[in-house]
Amino acid sequence: MSSKPLTLAEKLWRDHLVLKGENGAPDLLYIDLHLIHEVTSPQAFDGLRLAGRDVRRRDLTIATEDHNTPTQDIHLPIVDATSRAQVQALRDNTREFDIRIHSLGDKNQGIVHVVGPQLGLTMPGLTVVCGDSHTSTHGAFGALAMGIGTSEVEHVLATQTLPLQRFKTMAINVEGTLRKGVSAKDIILAVISKISTGGGQGYVLEYRGSAIRALSMEGRMTICNMSIEAGARAGIIAPDQITFDYLKDKPHAPQGADWDQALKDWSELTTDHDAVFDAEVFIDADTLDPFVTWGTNPGQGVSLMDSIPDPDSFDDPSQKAAAIKALAYMDLKAGTKMKDIAVDTVFLGSCTNARIEDLRAAADIIRGQVMAPGIRMMVVPGSQKVRLQAEEEGLDKVFVDFGADWRFAGCSMCLGMNPDQLAPGERAASTSNRNFEGRQGKGARTHLVSPMVAAATAIRGTLSAPSDLEQ
Amino acid sequence: MEKVTQFTGTGMPLKISNVDTDQIIPAVFLKRITKTGFEDGLFANWRQNPDFVLNNPSFQGAEVLVAGSDFGTGSSREHAVWALRDYGFKAVFSSKFADIFLGNSGKQGLIAGVITDADTETLWEQIDADPAAKITVDLPSQEIRVNDVVIRFGIDEYTKWRLTEGLDDIGITLQSEDAIAAYEAKRESWKPKTLPAKGV
Repeated sequence: MSSKPLTLAEKLWRDHLVLKGENGAPDLLYIDLHLIHEVTSPQAFDGLRLAGRDVRRRDLTIATEDHNTPTQDIHLPIVDATSRAQVQALRDNTREFDIRIHSLGDKNQGIVHVVGPQLGLTMPGLTVVCGDSHTSTHGAFGALAMGIGTSEVEHVLATQTLPLQRFKTMAINVEGTLRKGVSAKDIILAVISKISTGGGQGYVLEYRGSAIRALSMEGRMTICNMSIEAGARAGIIAPDQITFDYLKDKPHAPQGADWDQALKDWSELTTDHDAVFDAEVFIDADTLDPFVTWGTNPGQGVSLMDSIPDPDSFDDPSQKAAAIKALAYMDLKAGTKMKDIAVDTVFLGSCTNARIEDLRAAADIIRGQVMAPGIRMMVVPGSQKVRLQAEEEGLDKVFVDFGADWRFAGCSMCLGMNPDQLAPGERAASTSNRNFEGRQGKGARTHLVSPMVAAATAIRGTLSAPSDLEQ
Repeated sequence: MEKVTQFTGTGMPLKISNVDTDQIIPAVFLKRITKTGFEDGLFANWRQNPDFVLNNPSFQGAEVLVAGSDFGTGSSREHAVWALRDYGFKAVFSSKFADIFLGNSGKQGLIAGVITDADTETLWEQIDADPAAKITVDLPSQEIRVNDVVIRFGIDEYTKWRLTEGLDDIGITLQSEDAIAAYEAKRESWKPKTLPAKGV
């Protein structure tokens, strides 16, 4: 029997096929893990009640509170009444349907995409969904992980499956060695800038090459996390020894014979050498600089060593119009050096960059340094567990000595659903994932950066690379 | 779900590309736990500009939104579709949609049709020339008809069938209970379970 060579994503699709769609109907795929948070689930639970349906697999479902939760005074009731009601609705719904939940104050509470991996629930070979576009994060483990809408959340709760149209595959080849001060965040910002915010539409992106293989799990999660910013259905990285080592002692990692069988199955989760991708992109890691955004979508980025591009330099009229609109909103002029842009706030957090390694990278740069005058820095760990680990390592002290706010876990200023927001006109260097208009607060201006660039920027007050501190 | 086949209404030109779902409905409106009444959140920040197209009296009551490319990018919030629907839009056309937005539209009976950039320009011209021009959107034939212009739009066959029949996705899937149970019976034992809870 000869079988067609497949990419990793195609193998995962094949392995989860419950029913093959006929006559243009989508395939029905089984979902191994369903993550839930308070924002996109209340209407799904309402739908279940209305139809008299139950949750099919409580044992494949887990909830946490992250978007609305405050990052200080967490022992007090949530001040904003609508936020409090939404969190309460999740608590009520998970109690009624008997679903595991990690609430504010619990050490496993935190951003849903940090919690899944830290519990060892995210692992290779799974399908993972969540009513959150950054579910693509979990692809870092060699899982097919997708963000879904609320109707689909209800669908998965009721059936543990999803009807899905087939995707195309794109290889993102990143070869070479990152220089000091350059990280996973810079790779993904460069990728999105290259293929644009719509370039990945309909595709699952597989990140490959020596620079990807060299990344830790945290770095890989940062990259897969922002696949959605290129419009992709998902992002994925083949599992390897780094993945297995990360998982080995996690609470929900397979044990004994299951671990051995899992390793055997996982070792087959690679793209066949003769498989063909529908599209390929190449990025040179050797020459990559820290990458930052200047505009109002994540594709509007440049090297930190460059200047803001002239809108006239874009051939595509809609891109040119978008650039003009973005510069007006950002209050920036073409030709300005990125390093001359002064910021008011530095935000270190979000499902993109709030894992322990991100906090360590930033702390290593600011240790013993002085914050630039007038800067506010907020550090929000991705989960309570990350916070506790950082405190064990003394990182909290580094941040506090530097003058930063050391907060409790949550999505925080990435989208400002809780009180952590920028004021109108305020400018931030942010390790989050979206620089959309008003994303971090009405009228707020966002530059997406890596944790290392965030740290260097807090010291100098203008967008800065770690290497600028050595001069 | 109600059947969606054909309707006639007026149009609104949204001459902006890369309209992300944070613009369609800002996060502050996502705190609600209801599924209706999101019309006040639609383009809430942009609406504060009196020159924004939603504030133009000529386009009041429009049911057809014609937007620039890359519509609905970013966050997965289905609230973006609810806001468009609650405001009164029955169809949105663009040369490119983000995948999750497209999926969400199909679940809520909002027609999201793909047209070429040239056809987008044509529709904008037609609407600008006469904001009261009647636009007919016909799902079965996948046609947009305005004055003498006929434009074909793309929509995947399955979504079209489901919308025209008014079928509920979950109901369809539950008919495959046997296949789901059979799949579950052969799932690998190493696959994780959230219960009993570990690491707590």
